[in-house]
Amino acid sequence: MDNEKYTDINGKAIALNYQRHSSFCTEFTVSSPKVSIGKVMVATCFVWIFAYAVFFFTDNTAVLSSAIIITLIGMMLYIHFVKIDHESLLVIGSLGIQLSSSYASGREHTSFIEMSKIKDIVINEAIYMHQIIYYLCILLRDPADTSAVSSVVPLFQSSKPRLNCLVKVYKSCQEIISKC
Amino acid sequence: MVLKVFFPQCCNRADSGLLVGRWLPGRDTAVVLAVIHYPFIPSTVKQYLQQIQGQSQVPVEVLGSWSMPSEKQEGLDSFLRDLSTIFPQTRWLQVSREMGQTGFSCQLLQLPPEKEEEEEDRVIFVHYDQRKVMLSQLHPLESPALPGCEEPSELRQMFWTVAHSEPLFLKDKYDEGPLKLSHWQSEGREASILVELMKLASTPLCLLLAWLLAAWSWVTSTRLLNLSPLRFLSSKLSSCVQLSYRTAHMKTVTSPHTATSHTHFMRKANVLVSLLLDVSLGLLFISWLYREERLARLASALLPAADRVSRELEDLLQWLMGAPAGLKMNRALDQVLGRFFLYHIHLWISYLRLLAPFLEVILWYGGLSAALGLTFALSLLSDMLALLTFHIYCFYVYGARLYCMKLYGLCSLWRLFRGRKWNVLRQRVDSCCYDLDQLFIGTLLFTILLFLLPTTALYYLVFTMLRLMVVALQGVLHLSVDLINSFPLFALSLRVFTPYRLAEGVKFRVLSDEPGTALHLLMEMNALGLGEVVQTYRTPTYSCYPPDSWGALLRKLFVGELVYPWKHKTTKTD
Repeated sequence: MDNEKYTDINGKAIALNYQRHSSFCTEFTVSSPKVSIGKVMVATCFVWIFAYAVFFFTDNTAVLSSAIIITLIGMMLYIHFVKIDHESLLVIGSLGIQLSSSYASGREHTSFIEMSKIKDIVINEAIYMHQIIYYLCILLRDPADTSAVSSVVPLFQSSKPRLNCLVKVYKSCQEIISKC
Repeated sequence: MVLKVFFPQCCNRADSGLLVGRWLPGRDTAVVLAVIHYPFIPSTVKQYLQQIQGQSQVPVEVLGSWSMPSEKQEGLDSFLRDLSTIFPQTRWLQVSREMGQTGFSCQLLQLPPEKEEEEEDRVIFVHYDQRKVMLSQLHPLESPALPGCEEPSELRQMFWTVAHSEPLFLKDKYDEGPLKLSHWQSEGREASILVELMKLASTPLCLLLAWLLAAWSWVTSTRLLNLSPLRFLSSKLSSCVQLSYRTAHMKTVTSPHTATSHTHFMRKANVLVSLLLDVSLGLLFISWLYREERLARLASALLPAADRVSRELEDLLQWLMGAPAGLKMNRALDQVLGRFFLYHIHLWISYLRLLAPFLEVILWYGGLSAALGLTFALSLLSDMLALLTFHIYCFYVYGARLYCMKLYGLCSLWRLFRGRKWNVLRQRVDSCCYDLDQLFIGTLLFTILLFLLPTTALYYLVFTMLRLMVVALQGVLHLSVDLINSFPLFALSLRVFTPYRLAEGVKFRVLSDEPGTALHLLMEMNALGLGEVVQTYRTPTYSCYPPDSWGALLRKLFVGELVYPWKHKTTKTD
C-alpha cells in the first residue's frame, strides 16, 4: 500500500490498491469514486422539474407518475449496467490474468485469460475525443503465428487512470510475467 | 518453475492415502482426481488404475501421497518416502495438512534424486468442484481435443481429464472392496430410476416415429405431389414450408443414433423442447379458440371486415380518379385505370360472397391444425391473410408492372434521345445513328410517357403502401413462427438453472494468503452470457440468413420490382 495520489484522465481522484498474495500473484484494484448524492439529486430534480412543467401545461397526472418511474428505473439501470465501482486485475504467474469489474449494484463481470494466450502487457497510446491518453492493454497471441498479435484487450476501461498509475501496475505485471 | 496442482474440494478432508490423477503432458501441472486410502496393496492399486485407464482413455497414475493429520500416526514421513519407491514415477508429490492450519504444504521430489528441489512458495493449489468441472462444457466449442496432440490450452486439458475420468467416480464410497477411494460421487441413484425408465421407453417410441416419418416422406416424395404447379404453390404457402421444417426437426429428434457430441446433443434437446413448447402452446390456443363460440363470432366478423376493406378501397379509387390532393392528372388514363381497379374489386366481392357459407367450416378445420403446434396455426393464419388480401396483391402487381415498364421505356428512349443505344451483346451503351423517322417517333413517345408517368406513379405509390402493410403483418407472423422454431429453450434453461453446465471460462478467487505457505486459489465456473447462449444454440432456420437490407428494399420499390415477404428465402436457394 502506498499513499500516492492518483487521478483519472479527467482529474478525478481514484484509488489504487494492490495486494501481494505471493511472489507471483498480485491483485490490483482501481476504485473510482462512488456515485455522489449531489449528482443524483441534480438528475432527479431536472427530470421532475421538466415533468412538472409538462404537467402544468397539460394537466395530466400520468406525466408525474411516469417521471417517478423513469427516474427509478433509470437509476437502477445505471447502477446495474453502467457505473463501475472497482476494476481489478489478478495476475497469477504461469496460470493467467483475470480481469474483473464490479458494478455499483454488486454485479460482477469476470473474465480469465490463460498465460499461454498472452503475448505481453504493454502501455499504449490512443486518441480519445480531443486528447491523447495512455492505457494498459494485454496483447493476445495469434494461435496460428506465435510472433503475431491477434487482438488487444484494454484494461481499466471505465476508470482510465493516468500514466503514473499505469506504470506502477505495468512494472509489477512485467516482474511476474518475466519470472514465470 | 511454478507447480500447479488442481485439487478437488471433496478431498480436502479425506483420510491419508495416495493421490491419483494425471500430469498434464509437457507442463508442471497435476490434476488430482481421487485419494486412495490406507490400507491398500500396491499391486491392487496398479491393477485398478490400469483397468480405469482402459475404460476412460485417461492416463491415470499415482501422483504422490496425501497425509491428513490424526492422533495415532507417527513415523509417517519415512513411510511416505518409501511409497515413492513402490510406485516409480519421475515426480512425486507429497501433500500434507497440519493441525490447526488451513493451508496445505507440498513437497515435490524429483527422481532421479540429484535434482531434488524443495520450493515451498512456488506451488499453486487450485481447488475445483469435481462435479461442476465434470459436467461443464467450455465455450467456444471446439473440436474435441485429444490428450496426446499439441493442445495449447491448459484449462481445456484439465476439463477434458476430469470429464473423461467418469469411470473413476462410479466407484461407491461405501462399497466393500480392497480399495477405498474418496472423490465426488453421485447422490441421486434412486431418483434416476425414472430417467432410466424413460430411456428404455424412448427407444421403441423413436423407432415408431422414425417409421411414421419415413412413410410420410415417401408420401410427399411421390410424383403426383411434385408436379410443377403443386410444387410452386407449396413452396409459397408458409404452412407447407413449416410442415417441411417440422419434418426435418422430427427426423433429427427421432434419429436412432444416440447423440455423442455436445453440439449434437444440445441440438436434439433444443429441437425436442421447442417442439413440446410449440405443441403445448398450440393446445392452449385450441382450448381458447373452441370455447364460448369464439370461432363462429370470428367467422361472422371476418366477412364484414373484408367488405369494409373493399369499400374503403373503392373510396380510395374514387378519390384517385378525381384530383387527389389537388394534383392534376391525365384524366383519360386516370379514368381507365380507376375503372379497371373498380371492376377488380367488384370481382373480389363476389368471390367473397361465394366463399361466405364455407368460411366457418374452413376456420374450424384450420384451427385444428394448432394441435400440431402453434406455429402451424400462425403460418396458416399468414396464408389466409395472403389469400384474403389477394386483391391488394393484384393491384400492387398491376401497378408495379405498369410503372416498371414505363420506367424501362423512358430509359431506352432517353438513350435514343441522346443518340445512343444499349448493346446487348457487349453489355454496354454504344453510340448509334438513328434516322429522322426513328428520332421523331422516339421523341414523341418519350414525351407521352413522361407526361403519363405521374399518374401511374401515383397508383403505384398508393398500392405499394397497401401491399407493404400486408407484408409487414405477414412478416410479424413469420418472425414469431421463426422465433418458436429456433429458440434454444433447453440451452437457456440449462444456463439459468445450472449455470456451470455452459461455462464461458473460469474465474479464480484467492483463498489464503498466509506468507510461507502455498498459494490457494478457488476455481469457479464463469457462466456463459444469455445472449451468447441464444447465439450459439439457436436452431438454424431461414431467418438466420441475412435478409434484404433496407437500401436494397428501397431501390427495389423505386425501380418497381416486386417485393415478397418470403424474399430472403428464395435468395438463399438461388
